[in-house]
Amino acid sequence: MDLQKLIAKPKKSARPKTGGDGLEVVGKSVQRIDGWEKIKGAAQYTDDLQFGPGLLYAALVESPHAHARIKSVDISAAEKLGGVVKVVTGRNFTQKFGLYMNDRYVFATDIVRFVGEQVAAVVATDPKIALRGAALVKVVYEELPAVMDAVKALEKDSPLVHPNLGSYTHVPWFFPKPGTNIAHWRKIRKGDLAKGFKDADLVLEDTYIVPRYAHCAIEPHSAIGLYDASGRLTMWTSSQSPFTQRHVFAETLKSFGLSHKDVRVISTYIGGGFGGKAGVTMEILAAALAIAVPGRPVKLLWNRAQEFYNTYQRLGCTAKIKMGVSKAGKITALDFKLHWDAGAYVEYGANVVNAAGLSASGPYRVDNLSVDSMCTYTNLPPCGAYRGFGYSEFLFGLESHITRMATELGIDPVEFRKKNAIKEGDTLPYGAHMNPNGIREAIEKVEKEINWGVKEKSKDPNKAIGKAVVCFWKSPAMPPNASSSAFLKFNEDGSVNILVSGMEIGQGLLTVMAQIAGEVLALPVSKIRVETPDTDRNPYEWQTVGSHVTWGCGNAVKRAALEARERIFDLVQRVHCLDKSTLYLQDECVKCRTKPDFALPFRDFVINGIQAEDHTFKGGPIMGSGVFMPEFASAISNPETGQGGHPNVHYTTGSAGIILEVDRETGKMKIKKVALAVDCGKAINPDLVKGQIVGGLLQGFATVLYEDMRYDAKGRLLNPNFSDYKIPTSMDMPEQVVPIIIEVAQPDGPYGARGVGEHTMIPCAPLVANAVADALGVRIKSMPVTKEKVALAVKAAGKK
Amino acid sequence: MKMHRITFGLNGEKVSLEVEPSDVLLDVLRGKLGIKSPKVGCDRGDCGTCTVLMNGKTIRSCLALAVEADGTEIVTLEGANTRKWTQKLQKKFHEKNAFQCGFCAPGVILSATELLEKNAKPSMHDIKEAIAGNLCRCTGYEPIVEAIDEAAKGK
Repeated sequence: MDLQKLIAKPKKSARPKTGGDGLEVVGKSVQRIDGWEKIKGAAQYTDDLQFGPGLLYAALVESPHAHARIKSVDISAAEKLGGVVKVVTGRNFTQKFGLYMNDRYVFATDIVRFVGEQVAAVVATDPKIALRGAALVKVVYEELPAVMDAVKALEKDSPLVHPNLGSYTHVPWFFPKPGTNIAHWRKIRKGDLAKGFKDADLVLEDTYIVPRYAHCAIEPHSAIGLYDASGRLTMWTSSQSPFTQRHVFAETLKSFGLSHKDVRVISTYIGGGFGGKAGVTMEILAAALAIAVPGRPVKLLWNRAQEFYNTYQRLGCTAKIKMGVSKAGKITALDFKLHWDAGAYVEYGANVVNAAGLSASGPYRVDNLSVDSMCTYTNLPPCGAYRGFGYSEFLFGLESHITRMATELGIDPVEFRKKNAIKEGDTLPYGAHMNPNGIREAIEKVEKEINWGVKEKSKDPNKAIGKAVVCFWKSPAMPPNASSSAFLKFNEDGSVNILVSGMEIGQGLLTVMAQIAGEVLALPVSKIRVETPDTDRNPYEWQTVGSHVTWGCGNAVKRAALEARERIFDLVQRVHCLDKSTLYLQDECVKCRTKPDFALPFRDFVINGIQAEDHTFKGGPIMGSGVFMPEFASAISNPETGQGGHPNVHYTTGSAGIILEVDRETGKMKIKKVALAVDCGKAINPDLVKGQIVGGLLQGFATVLYEDMRYDAKGRLLNPNFSDYKIPTSMDMPEQVVPIIIEVAQPDGPYGARGVGEHTMIPCAPLVANAVADALGVRIKSMPVTKEKVALAVKAAGKK
Repeated sequence: MKMHRITFGLNGEKVSLEVEPSDVLLDVLRGKLGIKSPKVGCDRGDCGTCTVLMNGKTIRSCLALAVEADGTEIVTLEGANTRKWTQKLQKKFHEKNAFQCGFCAPGVILSATELLEKNAKPSMHDIKEAIAGNLCRCTGYEPIVEAIDEAAKGK
């Protein structure tokens, strides 16, 4: 019998219509699937995991100097202390490591390069004993001249932080300059800069300064390692990057016989990341210590001070801008020099420099562009990923500069931005073309929301009100082959478990992945479980950074769900002789457009198959897998011009506006209203997007109003705690926050989605600086824009 | 070192154990009694993630010695889960996405519980003040304040 003849031919679609976009699960503000365990206090973070009475604890011996030679390390007294199990020094681990450049050491061996750098560790049966043991380790240092400033580090007679830079291995898109402190120099040369300045009616040149910042996730870093008798290293880490960690652990410790299959990283919920738990920082120590005490679990828990001085910090930046603008309000030329203080090790931080260099034009069309983004070693703590990945830093200067130039030319700064805003298809700084975006809609919505153009007066004569509108953009910074993958498994009752290695870092990834799969499989989110990863069980994800997982991991999950759906259709076609093209999923059933009474519930077949007429069973467990890699991306370009590659997969754009009240005498500022519009392509879960907007804005305002890391001349951090490094409390909230979602679909995003997590904090600094200038006529060119600086500037202006 | 025997109520049950004079309450709760909802965030009373109720009042358990708990009633979020206001708050926290990473949530919910048990009609200022000692880096506080306000108003 010809099976094809039995298959019913498709007729008119019987599938009922849903909402306007046809989506039932995606686009809905479903409640978080990680909600109840978190708000009942049951969610487990790394330090909550129990390892029994055999657990060992580690404490570190840290450098008191910014730059010194280690003359000797005497561990004998520490070894004799009762309860001390092992003392480990740099001699035990000599392999360098790093994410993009191998410039980092597990422990300092010959040279320490920042205050707080790990020199040795004491492993003991009790945390107090470990600390007492660490105090007994005697290290003799010979101090060396140190450099604390990224610009001074470029001078000819500057001390060299890494004299052997030329021997370090790194990714092909980095261009270090051996014999200097330049770890990477990203150049962009586009158009004709000289002509651009010639065409300008106004040229303005100035310098803007951004200090270092700390992430301040409330959960400190923690890691537990166990190296067992089978030669397996299991690591429990508070991490945004379990697979990247596995790779770095395996590579760094391969001399101990480890291969990737032997390393297992388990990451449970993490108490905030913000980039600080990306890559590998202190976790390598726990891995090394586990190797040193085989058979026993060993825990390393960072205290709050270590959290400040020995994880990644946000890079400091000195930005020199020269911009030319025509009378008509067109940017004719931009020469942007970014000097980054990346600290003692730049294995991750150099990529921040790279990302900022590629995108320093901001979301504007700039035909004549020169960017020099220079990553400089200093003897301050290492810097790396921080929410915004370099964009906050260059946008402070760029968006301040744009408002100044527009104002000087008598052009409305908002009109100026609309005129220059980048459009789909415009050429990007590196030569590729801009993706579809809603930046103009964002500007218009924000402008309306803050009543732009209407000058407001405070009821208090001592206070002035200023307004500002700025734009922002950001792309995920990732290697061109960064990939995501997903497994999806049906269960007997028709429910689904999804395995991914994208991390739930508070953004709501688990919920969003469930929504994407639920949409494909016609399942409510309540029927789907997604949990945090274990690299043995869950498939690969590069890292949860760069606001790319909704897009990348989401694409992988969607593909896994589509594959599972295809298997369902294949099976139903085979057994029920219904044409695949007539089948669809609805209400947890397979249905058929041509046979309205056909409805096969998932629970009837997704594990145990479908019984055929001859009583045999066909099918078996329904599963799906999905992989996503941006196959169009390439990081290789001309090192002198930056032209030729396609390093960035897409940009998320937006605009933000503020109404700021400023006290003329004290400089005290109050945010009366802030509106932020971001084009996330498609809000898979609008409430979660709003959460990113409201939370990101306050983190951004913190960097401009309150926070900054202060070092003394010897490179010691003066404020490594929450008493002296003030992060906002509930008393510091803006009076009104208006989140606005724009949806111009990303063609290759799941349901059109693109990332949104980092973008919401990056416009804050220029917003405040421009609003202060609008209110009082004073321009603050260094962050943070504190009330003290504002008050002093007002006073100085009055004296003129 | 001389050990001290302490006895106190923990989430409605009586516990008795020996502690060193320098043992911190937070470490004893987490390390010896398996109570994990109070977290270690700063160890100096700045962040509030170690908040517990002692005799109905919030304290920073990282700043209290374990011996100070002797004879008191300690309630952590594990135990507060059955209190009327805690449950109302949790429902609203869930609805309003008043948490992201969740690490500060136990402390915030206990501070809000203390507030509403004393003052069922708090002003916005009262709410902000009540949780001003609980740092949250994710949410921007707005959904937390709204959740507490709506829980109080019985919305």
